[in-house]
Amino acid sequence: MSVKILGKSEGFYDTYERRPGSNKEQTHYCPGCGHGILHKMIAEALTDYEVAENCIFVSPVGCSVFAYYYFNAGNIQAAHGRAPAVATGVKRALPESIVISYQGDGDLAAIGGNEILHAANRGEAMTVFFVNNAIYGMTGGQMAPTTLIGQKTTTTPYGRTLQNEGYPMRMAEIIASLESPVYVERVMLADVRSKNAARKAVRRGIKNQIEKKGFSFIEVLSTCPTGWKMTAPQSEEWIKSTLMQNFPLGVFKDIAQQVEPLDLSQNLAAPARVPKLIGLEQDNVKFDSASMKLSETIDQEIKIAGFGGQGVLSLGVWLSEIGMREDLEVSWIPSYGPEMRGGTANCHVKLSREAIGSPLVTHPTVLVAMNRPSLEKFEDDVIEGGAILWDSSLIDIEPKRDDVIRIPIPATEIAKELGNTKTSNVVILGVLAGYSDFLDPIVVQQVLPLIFKKRHLLEINLKAFQKGLELGRALQA
Amino acid sequence: MAKQFVKGNEAIVKGAILAGCRAYYGYPITPASEIAHAAALYMPLVGGTFLQAESEIAAINMVYGAAGTGIRAMTASSSPGFSLKQEGMSYLAGAELPCVVVDIMRGGPGLGNIAPEQSDYNQVVKGGGHGNYKNIVLAPNSAQEMCDLTMLAFDLADKYRNPAVVLADGFIGQMMEPVDFPEPVEEFAEKKWAIRGVDGDRLNLISSIELDPDDLERHNQKLQRKYEIIENSETRFEEYRLDDADFIVIGYGIVSRMVHTAIDQLRIEGVKVGMLRPITLMPFPTRRITELAAMDHVKAFSVIELSNGQMVDDVRLAVNGAKPVEFYGRMGGNVPSIKELVHEIKRMMRVL
Repeated sequence: MSVKILGKSEGFYDTYERRPGSNKEQTHYCPGCGHGILHKMIAEALTDYEVAENCIFVSPVGCSVFAYYYFNAGNIQAAHGRAPAVATGVKRALPESIVISYQGDGDLAAIGGNEILHAANRGEAMTVFFVNNAIYGMTGGQMAPTTLIGQKTTTTPYGRTLQNEGYPMRMAEIIASLESPVYVERVMLADVRSKNAARKAVRRGIKNQIEKKGFSFIEVLSTCPTGWKMTAPQSEEWIKSTLMQNFPLGVFKDIAQQVEPLDLSQNLAAPARVPKLIGLEQDNVKFDSASMKLSETIDQEIKIAGFGGQGVLSLGVWLSEIGMREDLEVSWIPSYGPEMRGGTANCHVKLSREAIGSPLVTHPTVLVAMNRPSLEKFEDDVIEGGAILWDSSLIDIEPKRDDVIRIPIPATEIAKELGNTKTSNVVILGVLAGYSDFLDPIVVQQVLPLIFKKRHLLEINLKAFQKGLELGRALQA
Repeated sequence: MAKQFVKGNEAIVKGAILAGCRAYYGYPITPASEIAHAAALYMPLVGGTFLQAESEIAAINMVYGAAGTGIRAMTASSSPGFSLKQEGMSYLAGAELPCVVVDIMRGGPGLGNIAPEQSDYNQVVKGGGHGNYKNIVLAPNSAQEMCDLTMLAFDLADKYRNPAVVLADGFIGQMMEPVDFPEPVEEFAEKKWAIRGVDGDRLNLISSIELDPDDLERHNQKLQRKYEIIENSETRFEEYRLDDADFIVIGYGIVSRMVHTAIDQLRIEGVKVGMLRPITLMPFPTRRITELAAMDHVKAFSVIELSNGQMVDDVRLAVNGAKPVEFYGRMGGNVPSIKELVHEIKRMMRVL
């Protein structure tokens, strides 16, 4: 039950060593099966265009799962339906290679429906051969998405019905409706004439890829005498009399000549250049930690909370950035999950001389509340002797706690006077630097230019910081 | 090189690129999306590929194709996405393709929520897809390790021709910490098995098919031998205050950070407790746990997880009845407070 591929081209291995058993000369396909014919057309085209050695062939799941027995190419076998995704990974890595995705109707139109649509839609520079024989051959003659209405299969023993399974899918038409594909044609393997037309389509599909023209899709109406329970001649006749009537032949799209070749060149950076390219160069700001005037009891657990958009998370990040440059261990974590609901955002910042265990702040030493719900929600968590800073221009109540340091800051008002309410978080940063002993104002002023790269933003934020710093110092005094 | 204050998820991408990864295929999902964002930002700058795939399934199969050509390729997702990738994981393991897959675990089952859990332990460490395979699994507990273990994952994946998973949780992914980025990897071992679209590779085949039962059994045996070598050579763990500990807490990822703080507090009270943190979950530090279980001063173990108790099974196998093994877990995205951990550790220590 196997056919020999006559006139073996360089596109095939000399002998099929991967094939189990003693027969290393012939394919595993049934007599009268279209796969062997199509394989031969592809191998010949690869040979004629002298690209066989650059070809990577993606074998699908289905009867052609063992295509890698035969094609003298780099071979990769894909999971069911995933050949276009695998081919995408291959082609993107090796844009100069010729990548062929060869799939059957179950593989391409059923389980792999998504993969083929999106590979086509992206216009992946590959060639897809879609073998449509209206049945699952390999698994025992079950219904395919292309099985005809009324056609009996092992899973439609009474015939496919419109009510139960719907209409057969015309993949060439679907693919042709997308913008990206450059060439979509349906051919058949029935008689000499139709096979000649199929051969031409196969060559077109491969030539398009050689010319970097994008995605080509060739649907091939093919025979399955075993699945159809017919002889080989009956099968060819059935393609013409029945299958072709449901799947009209023709070119559904051909814009290969109109489109410019794709630029598939790769420009991989040498490893040594990578750090600079991904922003890992050391910044110029050097800190002399010996000159910093930091308290011995520097360890801080800070919670910052407010509305989204007030710069709550950013303020936490800046505190951490400053701490990092003060050679402290630092961690920052945003509120995450249910706490985000209700429009409040908060983050947890830890600054420590020791390695930080949990990054979560349950009992803050410092609470920065930028709206009323945040003050109400977190006030009770602050440790005794800790500090609560709040934006007194937005919050119309005061903290109830009297065992903590209370620092009202008209941050939004000050920011408004400076001309940009968004700087209210920098005002608070200034107050913290002026009031507390864990932020060195000199370090902060050196870090701000790293954060605000645009000159006008830096200027206004430096002003905001200065205002806050003065206020903080005044409060401290 | 530069010390930067970055999110764990971003550290993964920068580490991957430093390790020579030039292909990222992914699908957006909270709380792993920053990985895709960073990859989209940086991959083009180094001439690499970033592609947002049509699905998690497509993404892992694109990685399969890219890895087949011998380049360093990766994807990342979160729990429900990893479930979808399991088919691909099995194929990658079967075809022995090296690649790195990141799983930033979130709450399940089903859609669950986006808060951190550690409930993917079984589906990642035990294989999860079909067949007798294992992933190499690394469990970072800091932004620094998100970088370092991602880089290590690429090396181990290549060395053993095996998919490697970086298994982290939403916390480690979202957290920002200073990261000392290492120098880029400059030299890579040649992959003679790869398909590169050149004449010399035409006898190469990337496939997981072995039709003959004897061949497939041999292939499976070869895989098991490989896992054994990995277990013998690549086990990594961290110990904290174990020298005189009566009670050993075992936790990985974010839990280990919290246990660390809880232990410091308990030690102040004079409680002799220490921690073992598995850094590699496959290979699991079985041997070390067995050794500890045999020590006189060690009276009992406790495993703390953000799950219903998945890693605890591996600890119980390692302890093998020598000492009691207690368990405390939180689920649903709830994370225990330090106070809660201190209380629970004391409660569990009543077995002593």
